[in-house]
Amino acid sequence: MISFRRIARTTVTGTLLLLSLYSANAQDGRTLFQTNCASCHKIDGTLTGPGLRGVEERWNGDRSKIHQWVHNPGGYATKDPYAASLIKQYPITMTPFPQLSEKEIDAILDYIKAAPAPGATTGGAAGTNEAGKETSDNSLLFGVLTLILAVVALTLLQVNANLKKLADEKQGYASVEPVPFWRNKSYIALITVVLFVVGGYLTSRGAMALGRTKDYQPVQPIFYSHKVHAGINQISCQYCHIGVYQGKQATIPSVNICMNCHKAINEYSKGPKLYTEEGDEVNPTAEIQKLYKAAGYEPGKPWDESKAKPIEWKRLHNLPDHVYFNHSQHVKAGQVACQTCHGEIQKMDEVKQFSDLSMGWCINCHRETKVQFKDNGFYSIYEKYHDDLKNGRIDSAKGITVEKIGGTECQKCHY
Amino acid sequence: MEQKKHWQSFGELKQSDAYNKDVKDEFREDLPFVEDEGKNFLDAKAPRRDFLKYLGFSTAAAAVAASCEMPVKKAIPFANKPEDVVPGNAKFYATTYVNDGDVVSVLAKVRDGRPIKIEGNELSPITGGGTSARVQASVLDLYDTARLRFPTIDGKEVTYEAIDKSIAGAIAGPVVLLTSTITSPTTKEIITAFLAKYPGGRHVVYDAVSCSGMLLANEASYGKRALPSYHFENAKAIVSIGADFLGTWLSPVEFNRQYATGRKLDEKNPAMSKHIHFDSIATLTGSNADERYLHRPSETGSVVAALLAAVQGQAVTVADAKLKAGIEKAARELNANKGAALVVCGSNDVNVQIVVNAINAAIGANGTTIDFGTVSNCRQGIDADFVKLVDDMNAGAVGTLLIHGANPAYTWYDAEKFKAGLKKVRTTISFNGKMDETTELCKYAVPDHHYLESWGDAEAKTGHFSFLQPTIFPLFKTRQWQDSLLKWSGATGDYLAYLKNYWGAKVGGESGWDKALQDGVINPATAPALSGASGATANLPAALAGIGGAAKRSGTELVIYEKVSIGANGAANPWLQEMPDPVTRATWDNYVVVSPDMARSLLGIDLNKNGEADDYEVNPPKKVVRVTVNGKTIELPTLIIPNTHPNVIGIALGYGRSAKVGKAADGFGKNAFPLLSLNGTTISFINTDVKIEATGDTYPIALTQTHSRYDTTQGNRTEVVKELTLAEFKAKPNEIREDREKELKPWGGLEKYQSQGTLYPVYDRPGIKWGMAIDMNSCTGCGACVVACTAENNVPVVGKPEVLRGHEMQWMRIDRYFSGDMDNPNVTFEPMLCQHCDNAPCENVCPVAATNHSSEGINQMAYNRCIGTRYCANNCPFKVRRFNWADYTGADSFPDNQGHLNDVVHNMNDDLTRMVLNPDVTVRSRGVIEKCSFCVQRTQEAKLKAKRDSRPLVDSDIKVACQQACPTNAITFGNANDKNSAITKLRMENPNRQFYVLEQLHVLPNITYLAKVRNRDEEAVGEKKEHA
Repeated sequence: MISFRRIARTTVTGTLLLLSLYSANAQDGRTLFQTNCASCHKIDGTLTGPGLRGVEERWNGDRSKIHQWVHNPGGYATKDPYAASLIKQYPITMTPFPQLSEKEIDAILDYIKAAPAPGATTGGAAGTNEAGKETSDNSLLFGVLTLILAVVALTLLQVNANLKKLADEKQGYASVEPVPFWRNKSYIALITVVLFVVGGYLTSRGAMALGRTKDYQPVQPIFYSHKVHAGINQISCQYCHIGVYQGKQATIPSVNICMNCHKAINEYSKGPKLYTEEGDEVNPTAEIQKLYKAAGYEPGKPWDESKAKPIEWKRLHNLPDHVYFNHSQHVKAGQVACQTCHGEIQKMDEVKQFSDLSMGWCINCHRETKVQFKDNGFYSIYEKYHDDLKNGRIDSAKGITVEKIGGTECQKCHY
Repeated sequence: MEQKKHWQSFGELKQSDAYNKDVKDEFREDLPFVEDEGKNFLDAKAPRRDFLKYLGFSTAAAAVAASCEMPVKKAIPFANKPEDVVPGNAKFYATTYVNDGDVVSVLAKVRDGRPIKIEGNELSPITGGGTSARVQASVLDLYDTARLRFPTIDGKEVTYEAIDKSIAGAIAGPVVLLTSTITSPTTKEIITAFLAKYPGGRHVVYDAVSCSGMLLANEASYGKRALPSYHFENAKAIVSIGADFLGTWLSPVEFNRQYATGRKLDEKNPAMSKHIHFDSIATLTGSNADERYLHRPSETGSVVAALLAAVQGQAVTVADAKLKAGIEKAARELNANKGAALVVCGSNDVNVQIVVNAINAAIGANGTTIDFGTVSNCRQGIDADFVKLVDDMNAGAVGTLLIHGANPAYTWYDAEKFKAGLKKVRTTISFNGKMDETTELCKYAVPDHHYLESWGDAEAKTGHFSFLQPTIFPLFKTRQWQDSLLKWSGATGDYLAYLKNYWGAKVGGESGWDKALQDGVINPATAPALSGASGATANLPAALAGIGGAAKRSGTELVIYEKVSIGANGAANPWLQEMPDPVTRATWDNYVVVSPDMARSLLGIDLNKNGEADDYEVNPPKKVVRVTVNGKTIELPTLIIPNTHPNVIGIALGYGRSAKVGKAADGFGKNAFPLLSLNGTTISFINTDVKIEATGDTYPIALTQTHSRYDTTQGNRTEVVKELTLAEFKAKPNEIREDREKELKPWGGLEKYQSQGTLYPVYDRPGIKWGMAIDMNSCTGCGACVVACTAENNVPVVGKPEVLRGHEMQWMRIDRYFSGDMDNPNVTFEPMLCQHCDNAPCENVCPVAATNHSSEGINQMAYNRCIGTRYCANNCPFKVRRFNWADYTGADSFPDNQGHLNDVVHNMNDDLTRMVLNPDVTVRSRGVIEKCSFCVQRTQEAKLKAKRDSRPLVDSDIKVACQQACPTNAITFGNANDKNSAITKLRMENPNRQFYVLEQLHVLPNITYLAKVRNRDEEAVGEKKEHA
């Protein structure tokens, strides 16, 4: 059993490692694109801004023009006729990105150039979960075996008893009147004990699960599809969940963040059809209208932000008050992917709670996950561990886990 | 029986029976079922079967309740998120604590729109980031349920339009604006403009605790009606005659900081200032003095005159030999340090202060320790002005009275006359934030904002400006009072526009204004040169003649003083009420302070007798006395406090208020303001004609002195405090170190004690190891840290009945130790908090491992794991663990757990008051232990900040709450594994003074103490080493 699990674990980690290696080359441009551009641009097809395939050709292959445009679109439009035409064509002027260096813009352009045409598969994160299922098959097998053995044992016991009875009769001993098994005190005791153990196990498991809401999937006031936004359109998570690198809460985006894009995007026409969990078809354009209602926006007219009312989303992930959790600790300092805890959110139309958020689940991850020991300067103070890693006294494959630096101590989360 | 070196209570000093019985138990109360003793167990109140029934029922009930459908929680984001706000991240806004004339530049920590904590502003050169208990507690006042929530006319709610209209027609006749001291330059301009509109109008400044004696004396001596800046840091010899400058006098936060500068000790070159204190009752400042002498309050004049004579080399004519020696010694010190000496006096008598000015002139204080170039604006009220106003009011010569900040119906000695006068004023308008004694007599109440909701500026000292900006949207329908004045004087534009306009030009436009707000302060570009004042001493002979005959030889005299915690107007703040007074260690009440001597003659309590001391000390009810002064009587319980003159009693101001100003003020103590008197020109805080008699009644006082004792087999108190005189320290600097070395010799000495003193393995601690150091030489015992800790860590208020039972919850306490004889002992303050022992005795007795050790050296407490056995508290040698005996915070799901708590505690759980809670710290429910966590929420945040920036942690990332609040920088905290951290350096630089409390127990605390050094030449009385 244990070995199976270990195999499964290595498979999973191996796959993940491979994946990360594969993507490392194109990573710069891709990451930059997803953090900065993807909220308004797709590579193919128009979003708030135009699709970016062939962008260099449209600018006559002059990258310096693109640099200037990205750094200050409004300003450059006065100098360049093509830039001016862009501003006229799209209702929302592009946000300036003065923080992007020319190198970084080039990396993005390279990524766009190299990006596969639509239809070609990107080799995604499929096939990671298969390994987990084998273990459950085995437990069924073990269950059947146990049952068979139990039946055999019971039969043998009966046979043994009958033989003893026969032998006693032959010997002439007065046989004791046989007690039916439902009145046999040994059986009763045995069954009681078994029931007590099983019952206790089930009760305590049930009790521990009280208040846990794994797979919780409420109907939200607006049918917001993460699949459409984060999956198909590849908008970076951080664009909307702005707190995720900076603070405790990832934060649910405010209406003005939605409106950044949806002032321009007022219908859903090209994507796949969307269905609720019950299988009813959703009219996505009508859902966008719900957003407009909350924002107090009428398409075509300028938006008065002060008329916006917050949308009352239903909260999925609830930790008890005595648990401290900080997103930036995990996502920024720990470089943990959103999907580790939230599942493949980019494939979910309606979000459901992926993890049970139990303490055991937290602790397990803290035991297994490595910290950014070499990359993050904070850990330079752990001189001893650095030496140990060099000398091989600490297994470098296992590395410095969160647990090793005190990540499973009570007051890391409870205070 | 051997005389011990340090003692906290009389029982301890005398090793009484009750004391020895008391210290054997961790908890003072017997367990509940002891009363059923002798009965059959099943007949007991909660027999086994009932217990099982309850157990079964509650388990079933809990299961049913918990398996009900989960409530749907909502996540509601902003509609339009402000760009720089990240929900869940705290923001700090620079603002200014303004309470009448007290000005302290602060930062308000704002979480999700709510200010939850006040921190000192380190950019202010006056306070340098220090605060006081009152400043720390002021954030709770914002959420006070007793605040006025809307403007009223005759007690009925009205709109601002209506009240503006009504007042516009009602302001008539001679207009008088009565305020407490105003430090804001813009407000002064607005007042001038307002009064200009009403010819004949005037502005009267009135301070509840007046300094007009000093103001007038400085006018007489130097022609300047102003308070100078004092520079205690420049003084090598400090003589204070009744000035409690570390506790309540003028600007204590500033003075604490300056004073500690001269008290910090460099081990290589030991030198410190010498502080000699003359006083009549025990005060915080007196307790910190190197030498203290007692005199009658009526003798203040003679003492000052004698000191002047002695400084000038003339003979001292004081009858009391001890006092005479003290004056001569003080004069010697002052003369020896000419140009680096300072004399301050707390008297409000003009003549006394004129003589003090003459002494300061004689010892060269002007321009060195006293600066008249930069004057302090903290008190501006002249008593005579107010006397005239009251007369005018009674004569019907005041048509309109507008009141801001002042509350004379409570704080004026002749309140009845003021009230009578108020009735004759046609239009009365109060801007006060609460329905206080004066406001309830006014026709109009136009409540002002709390300072955390206000705009403003303040000039604490010439050229030192500090700004106020709102940190929260106004909670109620209140209005900034400057806006009201502007409106009523017909100005267009509001106060914010006025303020921006005023400052815009001065600070260089919009960006300069933004920077000023961001910094919170504007300081003089270069530190202004100190300048003295020269003046005629022509007034001196008259002044000397004026104080000549005051001294009395017999009878009882009274001193009316301000408490360090609540002051004149802080009684409604539960945090301040529950903070033990540094000197008396009492909470929630005022009382009559008497000396052990007077206790013997008046109350018949002889503390030298075993039983009587115990009866006094162990039982909370204290004997009540009736004090009669000027025909007014007051009945109060007595507290016996050493260091009080045998013929003097002391009573604190600020008590005896009604529920209208707050539940915490309701019914606690008695009002002592009526006992003040007017000595012609100024208010006198002493009274020489006092009748005092015991009534035979008793009244309980919640005294924390005898709680949290730890003089048991686990460790002896004498090992907790270490104290030397400067002479001893110079003669033998490594005495403490040698003692430690000798004691630890059997286990390998200091070096190897950690590994050889135990059977347990020694753990590696790579990475961070938190450590703290407390310098007992810098600590003045002011209590700012105690309130800061309460605010930071959601420490509950338990109310007086619970304090009486020893259930107070503060994570940090400041122990007061006496040493020497009973009547006139030395005082040492020692902050005591969880020592975060590396080999903690609490950890290995916990049956559920709720308390255990972190790899960073923090003794952690997991509340949700705690089942409340209290074994840990029992096993803690320092008694710093606190148990939630009831549901003080309203955190339980079951409402019955707090039934018997008093209204103050229930009020703390009001939705409004709960806004002050720190969301990063769990609110504890009933039945769990809690204690100092080394502000783990702050250490975690600091680490995260460093990780996000990918760099090692540095000192500036973290300041724990007590450390931040401390005005004297007595507390150092940081990573002891970091060679460059302040804590490591401090430990390296002070090898001789440092010690660990109860070191011989091998608990290995993470808090280092630096021993107290008293600047004395001789060995102190009664300080013979008891283990010698």
